[in-house]
Amino acid sequence: MPGPDLLSSQGLRLDGRRPNELRRIRCKLGVFTQPDGSAYLEQGNTKVLAAVYGPHQASKSKSSTEAVVVNCQYSMATFSTGERKNRPRGDRKSLEMSLHLRQALTAAIKTELYPRSQIDIYIEVLQADGGAYCASVNAATLALVDAGVPLRAYVCACTASMAWHGGSPAPLLDVGHVEEAAGGVVLTVASLPSTGSIALLEMSHRLHSDYFENVLSRALQGCRDIEVILDKAVRDHLAEGWTKQDVVTV
Amino acid sequence: MNENDINMTGHVSIRLASERVNHCVASSNDTPRFYTPGEVISGMQDFMRGHGTYVEDNCLKSSVAGVMQKVNKLICVRPLKSRYVGEIGDVVVGRVLEVQQRRWKVETNSRLDSILQLSSVNLPGGELRRRSAEDEQTMRKHLKEGDLISAEVQSVFADGSLSLHTRSLKYGKLSQGVLVKVFPSLIRRRKNHFHNLPCGVSVIIGNNGFIWLSPRLEEATIDENPDETKNNELQPVDSIDRETLARLKNCIAALVASKMMLDDSSIMFAYEESLKYEDVKELLDPEAMLDVAFMTQHRLNNLMDE
Repeated sequence: MPGPDLLSSQGLRLDGRRPNELRRIRCKLGVFTQPDGSAYLEQGNTKVLAAVYGPHQASKSKSSTEAVVVNCQYSMATFSTGERKNRPRGDRKSLEMSLHLRQALTAAIKTELYPRSQIDIYIEVLQADGGAYCASVNAATLALVDAGVPLRAYVCACTASMAWHGGSPAPLLDVGHVEEAAGGVVLTVASLPSTGSIALLEMSHRLHSDYFENVLSRALQGCRDIEVILDKAVRDHLAEGWTKQDVVTV
Repeated sequence: MNENDINMTGHVSIRLASERVNHCVASSNDTPRFYTPGEVISGMQDFMRGHGTYVEDNCLKSSVAGVMQKVNKLICVRPLKSRYVGEIGDVVVGRVLEVQQRRWKVETNSRLDSILQLSSVNLPGGELRRRSAEDEQTMRKHLKEGDLISAEVQSVFADGSLSLHTRSLKYGKLSQGVLVKVFPSLIRRRKNHFHNLPCGVSVIIGNNGFIWLSPRLEEATIDENPDETKNNELQPVDSIDRETLARLKNCIAALVASKMMLDDSSIMFAYEESLKYEDVKELLDPEAMLDVAFMTQHRLNNLMDE
């Protein structure tokens, strides 16, 4: 039975949160001046930077005549984990994460508008405390909005896990590194909350099918909550950047 | 070189991220209605959809984050930042990337590279001359990789890439000066994009966000002799002009940091407000940038109220 100590007798988790509480999310758009779009996002202690270049002319080998080519690179800083990590890019985990990021973001970008072009998305994880993939997806969404790339909707990602509280199952939202390491299944969902569709679904261990619906719906609810937070950040950023003589309506 | 130049102790300022200066000069009382990606604009199908919108489930949704512009029945949403989208008649400043068979590929900060055809440039020897095979071989003498040019958009291809032309004497290769790259939504469409500022600098404000600052040359008559124009272009620029160019570049950076629209009047106001900082590198401090932008916004507001 996975992690009986994930939830205390009072119903508090290892870091003091309730089972359906997200970690605090703080984000900022437009942190860099050189890329077309950039964003910085913190989800609890997980800190992620995202930079978007594009759309620009695709190199001949990669260009496609129907849709834009989305190129993702996921890299973890050497100081991001407890033990110093030697290979920030190019190792198998980074390549796999890059593919997953591409899958989630391609579902949201309106790719048919930009044939023969390429969009490059670079993610740098500065501190990984569980949920680095989710924070990367959320930061990449903000960076794409900052760059003015047309999106179908926001893409938000969230994790969920399962614990037992006095014999009855209680799904946990937004697992941190300590809870991940203590054992227990971690379900990662990347979805477009306004349409309700799911772009990516991944699970680390096995989970009994009776509990699956519960955990999945908790994670999707987490994605909807994250979307509200991201939307507010985008609106605050727009309000700062709009100067008076800009607005023209006829 | 006087004694002071040998002293190498510089002025280094390191700030905490939490003490970062907020560059916003917008007044908070009249923010327009913003639309974010996935938000429904209207449910009816009567409207024509423009840039930044898409149709799903029988309603019109926004695909970028920005302000809605409604012109009769056309609805577009304009984002704060985006790549340059060209229109016929725009003045652009671009850099030559490649020399191909009968054309040059030019980079103009848009989503596809632009094209400058050999038949769209002015070659020495007269305008209506037929382009011979020899012209193709000597294309590199005219423009090679890395050269900067100013041109006008002649037409837009079906996939969105631009076709440029330099068929007027005011367009062509740019020689000595400073290129400043900003994002295109800060540049307004005007009748004239070539300005001669009273401080002795001529400015080309490209619609694609590339701004070219160069020291002002005296009005040259049409030179038949290409060698003489080349000599004129390579005259050394004196240090007063260089300082003016550097000051203007820093003023433009200050306006961009506060996301203000750029045109000749705002650049000139920013230059005049910055004269109180005697040392040009003081303008790189965030407080100085905010101060210049704020004073410029103030003067522009006064101008609009008149």
